[in-house]
Amino acid sequence: MKSFTYEKAQSPAEAAAAAARIPDARFIAGGTNLLDLMKLEVETPAHLIDVNGLALDRLEPLPDGGLRVGALVRNTDLAADARVRRDYPVLARALLAGASGQLRNKATTAGNLLQRTRCPYFYDTNQPCNKRVPGSGCSALEGFSRPLALIGVSRTCIASHPSDMAVAMRLLDAGVETVKADGSRRVIPIADFHRLPGDTPQHESALAPGELVTAVSLPPPLGGKHYYRKVRDRASYAFALVSVAAVVQPDGSGRVALGGVAPRPWRLESAEAALPLGARAVTEQLLAGATPTQQNAFKIPLVQRTLSAVLAEAKG
Amino acid sequence: MKFDQPAQSNPIDQLKVVGRATDRIDGPLKTTGTAPYAYEQYQAAANPAYGYVVGAAIAKGRIVAMDAGEARHAPGVLAVITADNAGKLGKGSRNTAALLGGPEIQHYHQAIALVVAETLEQARAAAQLLRVDYARSPGAYDLAAVRDTATEPAEAMPDSRVGDFDGAYARAPVKLDASYSTPDQAHAMMEPHATLAAWEGDKLTVWTANQMIAWARTDLAETLGLPEDKLRVVSPYIGGGFGGKLFLRADVVLAALGARAIGRPVKVALSRPLMFNNTPHRPATLQRIRLGAEADGRLTAIAHESWSGDLRGGGPELAVQQTRLLYAGANRLTALRLAVLDLPEGNAMRAPGEAPGLMALEMAMDEMAEKLGLDPVAFRILNDTQVDPEKPERPFSQRRLADCLRSGAERFGWHARRSPGSRREGNWLIGLGVAAAFRNNLVMKSGARVRLDRHGILTVETDMTDIGTGSYTVIAQTAAEMLGLPLDKVVVRLGDSDFPVSAGSGGQWGANSATAGVYAACVRLRERVAERAGIPPAEASFADGQVRGGGGRGMTLAQAAAEGELVAEDSMEFGDLDKRYQQSTFGAHFVEVAVDYATAETRVRRMLAVCAAGRILNPKSARSQVIGAMTMGVGAALMEDLHIDKRQGFFVNHDLAGYEVPVHADIPAQEVVFLDETDPMSSPMKAKGVGELGICGVGAAVANAIYNATGMRVRDYPITLDKLLPGMPERAELG
Repeated sequence: MKSFTYEKAQSPAEAAAAAARIPDARFIAGGTNLLDLMKLEVETPAHLIDVNGLALDRLEPLPDGGLRVGALVRNTDLAADARVRRDYPVLARALLAGASGQLRNKATTAGNLLQRTRCPYFYDTNQPCNKRVPGSGCSALEGFSRPLALIGVSRTCIASHPSDMAVAMRLLDAGVETVKADGSRRVIPIADFHRLPGDTPQHESALAPGELVTAVSLPPPLGGKHYYRKVRDRASYAFALVSVAAVVQPDGSGRVALGGVAPRPWRLESAEAALPLGARAVTEQLLAGATPTQQNAFKIPLVQRTLSAVLAEAKG
Repeated sequence: MKFDQPAQSNPIDQLKVVGRATDRIDGPLKTTGTAPYAYEQYQAAANPAYGYVVGAAIAKGRIVAMDAGEARHAPGVLAVITADNAGKLGKGSRNTAALLGGPEIQHYHQAIALVVAETLEQARAAAQLLRVDYARSPGAYDLAAVRDTATEPAEAMPDSRVGDFDGAYARAPVKLDASYSTPDQAHAMMEPHATLAAWEGDKLTVWTANQMIAWARTDLAETLGLPEDKLRVVSPYIGGGFGGKLFLRADVVLAALGARAIGRPVKVALSRPLMFNNTPHRPATLQRIRLGAEADGRLTAIAHESWSGDLRGGGPELAVQQTRLLYAGANRLTALRLAVLDLPEGNAMRAPGEAPGLMALEMAMDEMAEKLGLDPVAFRILNDTQVDPEKPERPFSQRRLADCLRSGAERFGWHARRSPGSRREGNWLIGLGVAAAFRNNLVMKSGARVRLDRHGILTVETDMTDIGTGSYTVIAQTAAEMLGLPLDKVVVRLGDSDFPVSAGSGGQWGANSATAGVYAACVRLRERVAERAGIPPAEASFADGQVRGGGGRGMTLAQAAAEGELVAEDSMEFGDLDKRYQQSTFGAHFVEVAVDYATAETRVRRMLAVCAAGRILNPKSARSQVIGAMTMGVGAALMEDLHIDKRQGFFVNHDLAGYEVPVHADIPAQEVVFLDETDPMSSPMKAKGVGELGICGVGAAVANAIYNATGMRVRDYPITLDKLLPGMPERAELG
């Protein structure tokens, strides 16, 4: 870990301004991902801006019937909130499928959205990794790729996004509320929040330099039946090989988003029209153009089978 | 004391303390966080500096240049130790690769430097400032690719042949010829390798985490070029070993070198990412098994061949050794082949040989039973033997495999097993599996010293280790039984090279051998006490804190030691009973799994182990050993796999997020039953080991249950869902 300077932010706007002004600054909230990466010197911030005191830890109802989730609401608290459990059960289930109790107690809503890939080569500073050292190459492409992404990837990076929560947020069409360095505020639709790697896998979100996530707003409840089915090698405390988030309405329409297959939560609204036709039709559209490696090609039939089971359960 | 005749009746048979389910006497220290593990030896040496180990970034080649200038000038840095400034280092005979590499690099993450600083954080930060240029050499990293270059490791285990395998196999009406593979596995123990080293003049003390104190001292002496009497190795508490701490490792050597360089104690723990490539692992195997049987199910031909790899000078995984003894059959062949691989060093991990070997053999037995139309339990019982199949004149000292199988089948409800792929519950396919457990009982010379003080407190000192197994407690039970004392009058001090050399912890030999050593010392102490009391030793009896002789003569043990501490020391040496009788431990594992119809995820629902392993010294800690081993067996069956980058030559998933071991949610109800048994051939304790028996066969029992659930036979461990998916029924939804 490199030495760094530290400040406690006084307000979201000041935090954003400081982050834009000071070179190599990072926000820190729960620290469950950043601190590990700093110990390995995968991340080497020169300055940490601690946002934990910014009173962004509240859940508040929105006038339209939605729910605003403060950026610092802990994963444990979000999953346990009665409104979330009642109106957005897919979100509660996704949260509880992730990490461990101890980690969820620390991890925040914004931090979860911004957590970095678990590609093992990203974590090993001896190995080339375009996300860690742009231009150094991708070790995973021809290496160990079983857990990694197969759609939305590029020749420079096949890292998968590890979050469960973000998959549910994507399904719910959440909005990411931010404040920029100049104090202006905006809402980034979650669909636009995570970037695909292209030639710049080091850039993972639509956030501008210094821009701070202040909340995630959930639109009014969708109703329907909610599912979050996470498939993994062990029963708990493992990242998804694939996950399927779904909301299915009584008429068979609905929404589907996937985790574990792409550099971001993976949802194609156009594919959802095929839901009444069944899992195969939806999967074909969702994963059209996928470029799996030999090691992770199993994820394609796995997605279809998992979705199929979810849809069968929704029917039954 | 020499043990070369079957044990007679002796004080241990009273079973007032031994054989009773007993809480660990070291439990309160551990649950309160006050047991000083190596890295927490705060009282041992003042003001230690911190060392951080740097691992090589390549698997094979040379360091062309290393610039440590920036690291040396980083804040807080006291020294940077490398092969350039470490002085001449030797190598212990139990190590394959050098513990400090450079300029030659033999494997990925081989230690190439220790950065010593005032704080861990400073050492870690400075470690990143080392500039190392490497010249890579091509290496071999893929066992399958070099399989044909493998040779017979004649020293480790030559081929064994009995009868005419080829002829018998050719003639057998029912045959199986199948290939299996097991992956490289990591010990993944909770406590990483850690050492605090301090010099006093030319004398070095290391507080470390090591299973075998005497081996560590010998190999440290060889490595540093020092006489053994200048070295003290202390290892009272060990946070898991599983074989990973059998041998001297880099933390010890580097802490010693660092402390010498700065003239101050240094402590070193391997970082978690280094654990998987810097330290040894269980090597992968490719195995082929051929079985031939008569139509009635009697085996006539058994062949088991296994290929594994290791660094040049290393050894094979002994995956066929149990096949020489487990089942009857007149015509037999076993063969190991060893290839040179440039992956990190392979070595012992819990039940080395048996664990991967039985994953194959016991799956093959399941397949053969099906071919024969026999129940897998009945098939195994049919081919049971009471003698060494290679030397029929040599009987087993005890062998209750059939009892284990029968009793387990009844307890587990084995009769409910249906044909493969035919039992469903909701979204789950349900299957039952069985496998035999088999692991030899090894005996090792073991010594101890016992002291009786004027308060009637008995202190046992031996360099035996407790790696979480319960050694402290079984040793205390043994001493208490021998001297007629309650457990709370016994103090046990372990893991110090100043104490008599013991068997140490490995190969499930520890509990029986080390308590036998304590028994020997206690026999001597009983003589001293009797003499003090004026009682002929042969007439003395020990009970309730007193020694008594004929005619009501006697005194308390405190009185016996009132004039001065009574001390006795002895060791147990084992004769040839283990040559005349095959000593082994047996068990049967039963497993029920559920396989998700859609995703092919396998979840174990219940497990039972029935074990016959001699006298169980402490049923509570023995049960802990077995359920821990069963858990490890589930990991081997379902998830544990060191993934190799075959271009760069290293284990990629080198942390506990990437190398998955079972978590609580994976482990269901586990039941352990010990059959009542004493083995007078093993030692005066009449005990054997259980710590490795518990893992033997578990993987195959899980695999066989998966087959029973799904009708799919996966012979390539671990059985992850991607291997099952292609064979799962087309429709993912039930109904």
